[in-house]
Amino acid sequence: MKRKKISVFDCFNYVFLFLLVVICIVPILHVIAVSFSEKLEAVSGTVGILPVGFNLSAYRYVMEDKQFWQSLKVTLSRVLIGVPINILLVVLTAYPLSKQNSRFHGRTAFSWFFVFTMLFGGGMIPAYMVISKLGMMNTIWALTLPGAMNVSYMILMMNFFRGIPSEIEEAAVIDGANQMQILFKLFLPMSLPALATIILFATVANWNVWMDGYLYMNTPDKYPLQTYLATTLMQSKNNIEAMMTPEQLVQMAQVSEKTIEAAQIFLGALPIMCVYPFLQKYYVKGIVVGSVKG
Amino acid sequence: MGQNKGKPQTVSTKKGRFRREYPYYLMLIPGVAFTLVFSYLPMFGLVMAFQDFSPLKSFSGSPWVALQNFKDMLALPTFWSVVRNTLLISVSKIILRLLVPLVLALLLNEVLSVKFKRMAQTVFFLPYFLSWAVVGGILRSLFQYDGMVNGMLMSLGMERIMFLGSNTWFPIIAVISDVWKDMGYNMIIFLAAITNVDPTLHESAALDGANRWNQIWHITLPSIRPMVVMLLVLSLGSVLSAGMEQILLLYNPMVYESADIIDTLVYRLGLVNHQWSLSAAVGLMKSVISFILVVISYAIATKRFDYQVF
Repeated sequence: MKRKKISVFDCFNYVFLFLLVVICIVPILHVIAVSFSEKLEAVSGTVGILPVGFNLSAYRYVMEDKQFWQSLKVTLSRVLIGVPINILLVVLTAYPLSKQNSRFHGRTAFSWFFVFTMLFGGGMIPAYMVISKLGMMNTIWALTLPGAMNVSYMILMMNFFRGIPSEIEEAAVIDGANQMQILFKLFLPMSLPALATIILFATVANWNVWMDGYLYMNTPDKYPLQTYLATTLMQSKNNIEAMMTPEQLVQMAQVSEKTIEAAQIFLGALPIMCVYPFLQKYYVKGIVVGSVKG
Repeated sequence: MGQNKGKPQTVSTKKGRFRREYPYYLMLIPGVAFTLVFSYLPMFGLVMAFQDFSPLKSFSGSPWVALQNFKDMLALPTFWSVVRNTLLISVSKIILRLLVPLVLALLLNEVLSVKFKRMAQTVFFLPYFLSWAVVGGILRSLFQYDGMVNGMLMSLGMERIMFLGSNTWFPIIAVISDVWKDMGYNMIIFLAAITNVDPTLHESAALDGANRWNQIWHITLPSIRPMVVMLLVLSLGSVLSAGMEQILLLYNPMVYESADIIDTLVYRLGLVNHQWSLSAAVGLMKSVISFILVVISYAIATKRFDYQVF
């Protein structure tokens, strides 16, 4: 077969893909490099993908920054509270909807009830009003509850349940099991791959989102980590710096927080980047199943 | 089935069905309750678009103003430029989010070294896992006046550019960074679809003397074209969402002219200026148009590609 030989096409392909890989990874390496660089070098724009000088003061600053740890705590609690609620709701809803119409006569109506929310939404302002009227402003519930009943995860889970042969359920019914037992003792243990996928989806989503914290939390000590990162970015001097003359920049250089920002960004992404290589394959499975069936 | 032994047959149809199915209804209660409160209640909250709403008077006490808010919306000096920005940014994103992953998947599929393929896939998928807050910080560090890109321009003897303060550059950076961040997702979908292509097609084509380019062009691409078209159709509903989490983080008053999108306008009108009703009216317009587009796109997808929502 021709495929075994390295052709011109292969060479071009490898070089091109390798360049793309480099382009993709450079921005991340750059931020890491800035975070370890000397402050003055960082603002002069000379830092590429390797640190200029070596300075840990940015990390020391972040480690002593109470706000950083506080917001990390908020993020951890939103993951620990939000994800279990999310999964419980999704599993409980997906199970009945995975039944055939002849087994569960309300199925079509309830399916549309959920799918409709994917087609139409009230939008930001009415949602904000609802959260505020419910007295959830400035509480962890504003971050964990509104998105807890996620319809896409539910569809993914439902499709997985559908693949489980109905004979298993029938046998359990004859043995006297009720529906809750069938779901939690039979179906769920058989659905671990799908369960792992949605736990992963939900955890990453909870870790990464910054808008809801920005909308629903009034005080910075309630911000989750990503909201804290986002607000420091939006308020940072660098925002103004983008529009400053070189002379003003030189004056600013001494007090620049660029290395600190870079350290915060890197630390904010670090947990995800550490676990990502190990979880990638579950994620890929989930995406493929979701796209093929859902 | 048939578990109601000893019960008279006559009542078993309706009553037996209820006995069998009521656990399903019980299980649905939490999901339905959450959906009612957090999805349907805000839809009813949209009535504020027809009121002169103030949070103190709430929905019942606020006076009705019919379509006044929509007239005010059309009278906003920036309204049409915001619509234009939204369409420009989101349509570019939609097209490139399909095109770039498609090319990546086709090229990756041709890679013979499993190690290189896995490494490249891991790198291309990584940015998808970073939050916009992190990616925003990275972009700032790259493109600000004293950032890395300007450092490179300087060393090449060129003038520095205010990328994030320029109406030419800002939308370009917004689109490219969005594609960079999320291209891994569709790439995974396309790679899976390509692996599903019947290998005997390639074998017989190779016997007929088709080279790799011919095979990609005449076998692989046509095989996954329905999937690409379907994803394109399904993204129609998001044409009015140009990426709130990204734009709100990166834009500044200097680039409102090119970067202000419907969602950021809604945000500023409502939560910054407290023009609640006007803001809800803009949001309602977006929701309704998106809804119509989604229904059209789902109808096409169901008819042409046997797509099923559930």
